[in-house]
Amino acid sequence: MYPIIILSITGLVTLFLGFLKSKKILLPATLFFILVALLSNFYDWNSPGLYFYEMSEITNLSTIFSAIILVSAFLIIALTRGFLDDSSAQPAEYFALMQFSLVGAIMMTNFQNLIMLFIGVEILSVAMYVLTGSDKSNLRGNEAALKYFLMGAFATGIMLFGMAMFYGASYSFDIKDVDSLLAQYPSRPVYLYIGVTFLLIGLLFKVSAAPFHFWTPDVYEGAPTIFTTFMSTIVKTAGFAAIYRVISVSFNQMHTFWAIMLVIMIVLSLLISNITAVYQTSFKRVLAYSSISHAGYMLLAVLGLSAKSDSSIAFYSFAYSLATISAFGVLMIVSKEKLVNGRPDESISVLNGLGKRNPFLAAVLAIAMLSLAGIPLTAGFMGKFYVFNDVASRGYVWLMIVAILMSAVGIYYYFKPIIAAYMKEGEGDRINVPQFYKIILGITTAGSILLGLLPDLVRGLL
Amino acid sequence: MLTLTLILIPLIAGILLFLLKGSNANTTKNVALVASLAEFVVALYAFLSFNPENTALFEVKYAWMKDLNINFHLGMDGISLLMTTLTAFLIPLIILSTFKFSYKNHAAFYALILLTEVALVGVFTAKDIFSFYFFFEATLVPVYFIAALWGGANASKITFKMFVYTIFGSLFMLVAIVYLFMKGGTADISSLTQTSEILGGSVQRYLFWAFFIAFAIKMPVLPFHTWQPDAYTESPTVATMLLSGLLSKMGVYGLIRILLPLAPIGVTNYSFVGMVLAIIGLIYGSIIAIQQNNIKKLVAYSSFAHIGLMAAGVLSGTVSGLQGALVQMVAHGINVVGLFFIVKVIYDRTNTRDLSALGGITQRTPALSIYFIVIMLGSVALPLTNGFVGEFLLLKGVYDKNAWLGAIAGLTIIFGAVYMLRMVQRSMFGETNETTAKFKDVKGSEVAVLLPISIVVIVLGVFPNVILKLTEPAVNTILQSLLK
Repeated sequence: MYPIIILSITGLVTLFLGFLKSKKILLPATLFFILVALLSNFYDWNSPGLYFYEMSEITNLSTIFSAIILVSAFLIIALTRGFLDDSSAQPAEYFALMQFSLVGAIMMTNFQNLIMLFIGVEILSVAMYVLTGSDKSNLRGNEAALKYFLMGAFATGIMLFGMAMFYGASYSFDIKDVDSLLAQYPSRPVYLYIGVTFLLIGLLFKVSAAPFHFWTPDVYEGAPTIFTTFMSTIVKTAGFAAIYRVISVSFNQMHTFWAIMLVIMIVLSLLISNITAVYQTSFKRVLAYSSISHAGYMLLAVLGLSAKSDSSIAFYSFAYSLATISAFGVLMIVSKEKLVNGRPDESISVLNGLGKRNPFLAAVLAIAMLSLAGIPLTAGFMGKFYVFNDVASRGYVWLMIVAILMSAVGIYYYFKPIIAAYMKEGEGDRINVPQFYKIILGITTAGSILLGLLPDLVRGLL
Repeated sequence: MLTLTLILIPLIAGILLFLLKGSNANTTKNVALVASLAEFVVALYAFLSFNPENTALFEVKYAWMKDLNINFHLGMDGISLLMTTLTAFLIPLIILSTFKFSYKNHAAFYALILLTEVALVGVFTAKDIFSFYFFFEATLVPVYFIAALWGGANASKITFKMFVYTIFGSLFMLVAIVYLFMKGGTADISSLTQTSEILGGSVQRYLFWAFFIAFAIKMPVLPFHTWQPDAYTESPTVATMLLSGLLSKMGVYGLIRILLPLAPIGVTNYSFVGMVLAIIGLIYGSIIAIQQNNIKKLVAYSSFAHIGLMAAGVLSGTVSGLQGALVQMVAHGINVVGLFFIVKVIYDRTNTRDLSALGGITQRTPALSIYFIVIMLGSVALPLTNGFVGEFLLLKGVYDKNAWLGAIAGLTIIFGAVYMLRMVQRSMFGETNETTAKFKDVKGSEVAVLLPISIVVIVLGVFPNVILKLTEPAVNTILQSLLK
């Protein structure tokens, strides 16, 4: 609860900080605000309760999700040093928008009332639409922002429609009411089913699960890399927190209905993303398809809903976020070294010879890719193991086999950057990385390995 | 506690080496060597103080994932101890074999060798199936990087094929492990045997194939071997030694430790197919080895043939088959490392691996000739060398299961003698030519590699009981589940 209040206030404060002559204070101030929010987040630890007139419910799971969101936000915003200053005349707005979007993301983790979910999704999305188009001189960025906005607005509309249906069925926006309603009345109105479907479609759009993924590659590619990172980690974690919450709290009893829907989406997400990613030459697009495929893996945990899924899905989001931040962080630094038509080169070939040009970045990249591919010793493997275990326990052994085969395909394209970095000759001089980035990327990489060795550090909390 | 020490020594040394990346090459070499020797001393102590009745001393158990009841559980019986000692014996020799050469990024190079050792010891001592899988996969990462980064021109493609191929196989195993774990609610290998017993033959059929394919790719056994000859040839010799001497043994070890106890009905029903594949591979590998002119490839194919016989012996499910496989794993691990090292010595001096370009090396190199011949004799299983006992027991095991297969597998002795003697004769004897005229004998660190190997070839040939006694109780325990 406190992070919502704190970040709303500090967001406004940040806007006013923009009036100061020196823009240098913005970044440290924002980081400080997020750190305060992160600490205050744990104030509610082990004391679950309802807040804001029963609009929100804080649980340990929601606290963990907010913590993952805030930690990722901290790391990403720290990486903006040197990137945001170049491209934008008014950095204060961007820092403020990022804080507002975090408010939305955190609301999505702990809503009790669907209105709260809607507000959260909108706050997050509107901020993201603006940030996607923040590089005004980039045509593709503008295109991406418009695409994201049009499709996003449409998806939110569908979601809102679903909520209305939901209200019609249960006479309440409270997600716990529908659960008790379902227990009481065995016959269920058709519009409840429509409501569930539309609500889930709206949310699945946000996490870019197939077949609602068409915007992902273009938007990821067009947006400034820093906001792509934001999108692929924070929006995704918040989206999954919301999907998981709505399904586990209110629709648990309708498992047979939504399970079919999820199974289709999982299979589509895994097949489409992994097979398309093989043919990509742009590293950013590879990571976009990787984001779709990871949505598929995370849905496995939702499908295998059990007492253990809480920790599985939280762990997976964290593992995925850490690796993605590392990968995008490396791309941000390396792509600036080579310009194509005045824009940073974001193809895989820009990584050629990175092992010689900067061994540290190459190692960070390699570990991030191994983690995304799910090779043991990394957090990604543990995450995959948990979701496979969840889904197999629910009886979907065949689906687990599909997922495992697809992660074998994944190895192919995740290894392309590693091979480029270590085994291909690259042009260009040594890349100098400021100490500051080294620390941030060091943290994400160490986190990926540490969680791969001792997963109970995060799982044990739940 | 001893088991944990065996994991920690190379782990700490490996991390230390990564931190020492600025230091000069000699320091890193010495640190790596000292660490691996310390590991060997600890392993030797464990070996000498081992008592099959009381293995609790070697147990290490920590809760790893509490809610799933998965433990970091290591322990040793005779088989584990044997394989751990083999690892600890070979790694210092592999490190010594690099002493004459300099490598770019030497700190990372030696660190990766030591990290491979960590993972190998983990595989050979794991008592929890998740720990086993974890280490089994973890061996591949450092070896992949050694092979890819320090390999030849085609290394990037070939090692990637190896990586994808073996990971793909392990994923089958992951399916089986998750399934068993889900049904049994425990990851302890000995408790899982009961789970699979309850599951019965229809499920064990799938378990058998899932595990068999995973291990068959790792060893490799016939239709799954296509990654092997190229990977062995194109990798730097260190990676080849690791792959052939130790990683391939993980596959055989997996058959013994995982496949036999966890899918006993599957083994009874389908082991014949596996044995036929393994023996066809054996004959096929031997025939290619006979016609090979590239000595590194020749040794690679001979290794393929030997592994086939070990797989067949284990799948026969007989005491002699298993015991033979264990003896042969040690013997072959030692011999193949020696042979690959000699290939490297020859290549280093003549810049060729072509048999037709070599010849007459003996005249200038009394020491190398003796070592080469001793190791070669071990490899062709001459009595009183380490290869004999293992091969004899393996053939007996296969013969007991099926006489025809035993007879065909017996050809390996003839074929093995043909290709090995041909290699020695063409390279070492005959007339000296331009390339071999200035051949210098081995000395210094090279002797330090070859001498221990040659001694062990003979010692284990004369006293095979050292191994047989050690492993007998463990083998009997494993076979009990098969006899039920």
